[in-house]
Amino acid sequence: MKEEIIIAGFGGQGVLSMGKILAYSGIMQDQEVTWMPSYGPEMRGGTANVTVILSDKKISSPILSKCDVAIILNQQSLDKFEESVKPGGVLIYDPNGITRVPQRKDITICSIAAVDIAAEIGNSKGYNMVVLGAYLKMRPVVTLENVIKGLKKSIPERHHSLIPMNEKAIAAGMEKIEIKNSI
Amino acid sequence: MDIKDIMKPENMVYSKTPVLTSTTMHYCPGCSHGTVHKLIAEVIEEMGIQEKTIGISPVGCAVFAYNYVDIDWQQAAHGRAPALATATKRLHPEKYVFTYQGDGDLASIGTAEIMHACNRGENIVVIFINNGIYGMTGGQMAPTTLIGMKTATSPYGRDPKLHGMPLKITNLIAQLDGTCYVTRQAVHNAAAARKTKRAIRKAFENSALGKGTSFVEVVSTCNSGWKLSPVAANEWMVENMFPEYPMGDLKDR
Amino acid sequence: MAEKILMKGNEAIAHAAIRCGCDGYFGYPITPQSEIMETLMEEQPWETTGMVVLQAESETSSINMLYGGASCGKKVMTSSSSPGLSLMCEGLSYLAGAELPCLVVNVVRGGPGLGTIQPGQGDYFQACKGGGHGDYRMIVLAPASAQEMYDFVDLSFELAFKYRNPAMILSDGVIGQMMEKVELRPMKPRWTNEEIIKSMPWATTGKTPDRKQNVITSLALDAAVHERLNHTLIAKYKQMEDEEVRFESVQCEDAEHVIVAYGCMARICESTIEMARKEGIKLGLLRPITLFPFPKKEINRLVPHLKSMMSVELSTGQMLEDVQLAVNGRIPVNFFGRLGGIVPSPEEVLEAFKNSINK
Repeated sequence: MKEEIIIAGFGGQGVLSMGKILAYSGIMQDQEVTWMPSYGPEMRGGTANVTVILSDKKISSPILSKCDVAIILNQQSLDKFEESVKPGGVLIYDPNGITRVPQRKDITICSIAAVDIAAEIGNSKGYNMVVLGAYLKMRPVVTLENVIKGLKKSIPERHHSLIPMNEKAIAAGMEKIEIKNSI
Repeated sequence: MDIKDIMKPENMVYSKTPVLTSTTMHYCPGCSHGTVHKLIAEVIEEMGIQEKTIGISPVGCAVFAYNYVDIDWQQAAHGRAPALATATKRLHPEKYVFTYQGDGDLASIGTAEIMHACNRGENIVVIFINNGIYGMTGGQMAPTTLIGMKTATSPYGRDPKLHGMPLKITNLIAQLDGTCYVTRQAVHNAAAARKTKRAIRKAFENSALGKGTSFVEVVSTCNSGWKLSPVAANEWMVENMFPEYPMGDLKDR
Repeated sequence: MAEKILMKGNEAIAHAAIRCGCDGYFGYPITPQSEIMETLMEEQPWETTGMVVLQAESETSSINMLYGGASCGKKVMTSSSSPGLSLMCEGLSYLAGAELPCLVVNVVRGGPGLGTIQPGQGDYFQACKGGGHGDYRMIVLAPASAQEMYDFVDLSFELAFKYRNPAMILSDGVIGQMMEKVELRPMKPRWTNEEIIKSMPWATTGKTPDRKQNVITSLALDAAVHERLNHTLIAKYKQMEDEEVRFESVQCEDAEHVIVAYGCMARICESTIEMARKEGIKLGLLRPITLFPFPKKEINRLVPHLKSMMSVELSTGQMLEDVQLAVNGRIPVNFFGRLGGIVPSPEEVLEAFKNSINK
């Protein structure tokens, strides 16, 4: 198993922390992992993206030109990464703020209205966990049990009381994902 | 009376401190460095801290201070002595750590290092030799060179429009909250040297008490650089340097 | 098995420092390595191991704090990125001249000048050929993973003290910013002052009546003394070249062509090798782990079996010159590099490799 994921959106959407939780979940499942962020001024309000690789074997390059899954949370990122998904791969996007929906026919395209869902469940900060849930529904590369373990490792102990809320957000994401194009 | 009759312990009025080595100093006759070295060595002996003292020597004439004061020394890059002293003191809080720096070293190239070490209140002693000129490199202008003073790089006299005003760095240091004791002294006569020695001792005692940085400026002569005889250099210093760099404590808390 | 923690290469450096008995860290913030000091300040090791951590006023000051700490026989380190390293070069020359052990981490970004904060490998010459003035060398280790960032801290200190010489970890923005799982090694206690006095009799630990004063200096105005000092240094560098060469070889034994790459580019080229092998191209990878001393002998050993070599770097071709020297004209030595913080993909490297052999 080798899963190459690009997560991209605005700084502040929890792109990097979502990637970190996913990577930590991989470690809990005894996988090899890399987490490679874009870094610098774009973290403060511009676009941010992170490449996460989960694998059964040693990972060589942490830098990719193509990925299995792209998780896209704004228009700029969609423009930049739509073509990066390998044929047969998966693109998950949040339609909030998207003016031009993804066009490709050779990949699975899913939408997750994570802003609305997070608001509905009264946990707007859990936005990225809704997205993570949507991803896990499509690609169950790590078990939910290991994701919760990964969450515990990724966030400071003083915030562990928030874990049930995050679990709820993940469940909501899993439930509410919509498939827009199947192959 | 035979010389042997005179050379008895009970007749001894002065002896060189053993903390000062017997190496002949390279300083020019009349230079203040030798006197200040001796005062530091005497303070170290009197306080019984030879095993606990680490000196940081500068770039400048005093680069070879380690040849004369018999303690462990680190010889720093130009201006960086306060950085060495900071790390040494923090890694060895039980030691007495002092820097010995000239005006080019401390007040020009090492301005950032001295300001920040003093501002952090490192528990170190700084001995600052201010003779208004670069001695070792051959008499060039220093930040503390007086207006009108001729040097190799201000051959027509220091012109404020061209070179800026003399930097009274000790006054700046005294403003910093990290310093506990800032004083300006001289060693041109016995009385002044005694006062300087008391100041150096106080500075060393302060560092053991953890009160912050102690800074002792010694307004000094460089008779070779000034192109004056030792006696004339002392007189010139009193007449011209003292009005610009007045004697006394700037801070003592 | 010890627990594995997900962390950035930069964070790994900080944890390794605390756990390997480092006495002091002195640094100044600069992207992309600020997490090193941030992690140390967060961890507050002065409360546990007694390690000193200080944010200095500049890189110039940081490196001179190392000079002071190293003079005392303490394990001291700093970290910075390219522009900061330029400021430290004065101090590195003094440290090498005074034969002081210390660790300097450079998480390289693109230059020259203020350049970019994105990854680069343009500081190879500065690290391996001097940087500061005078005839000196540093031991230069190039990690290619977060685990190696961790492990090379202890290794660097070991080598630095073995040779009484500065050691450098030459990393890059990718390896510093990337998170991977890292196994924390068992804690090593800091050396006691008694141990330092015993094993580092040269250190400025305070002159006791039983020994002469210790003086740490790089100054030697006597020509004969100064020449002797230089010969002492050269002898050490020679010994390093004999004893400390480290490299990793990936599928080189049956290779017809070999890529030479270090740090992040070695990781990327490893994927390139996998792709090439799938296409039936016999491509291998030689990853120098020590950049000084450089694995000249290994290149020399490989050359008779090879048709070409290619140096792949995030620079305009710096390590290339060392590869060329080792190859000595026997086979073509090609080059591929990207700049501006652009890190090429494995596919891009493969393409460049194919172009190079079809020229």
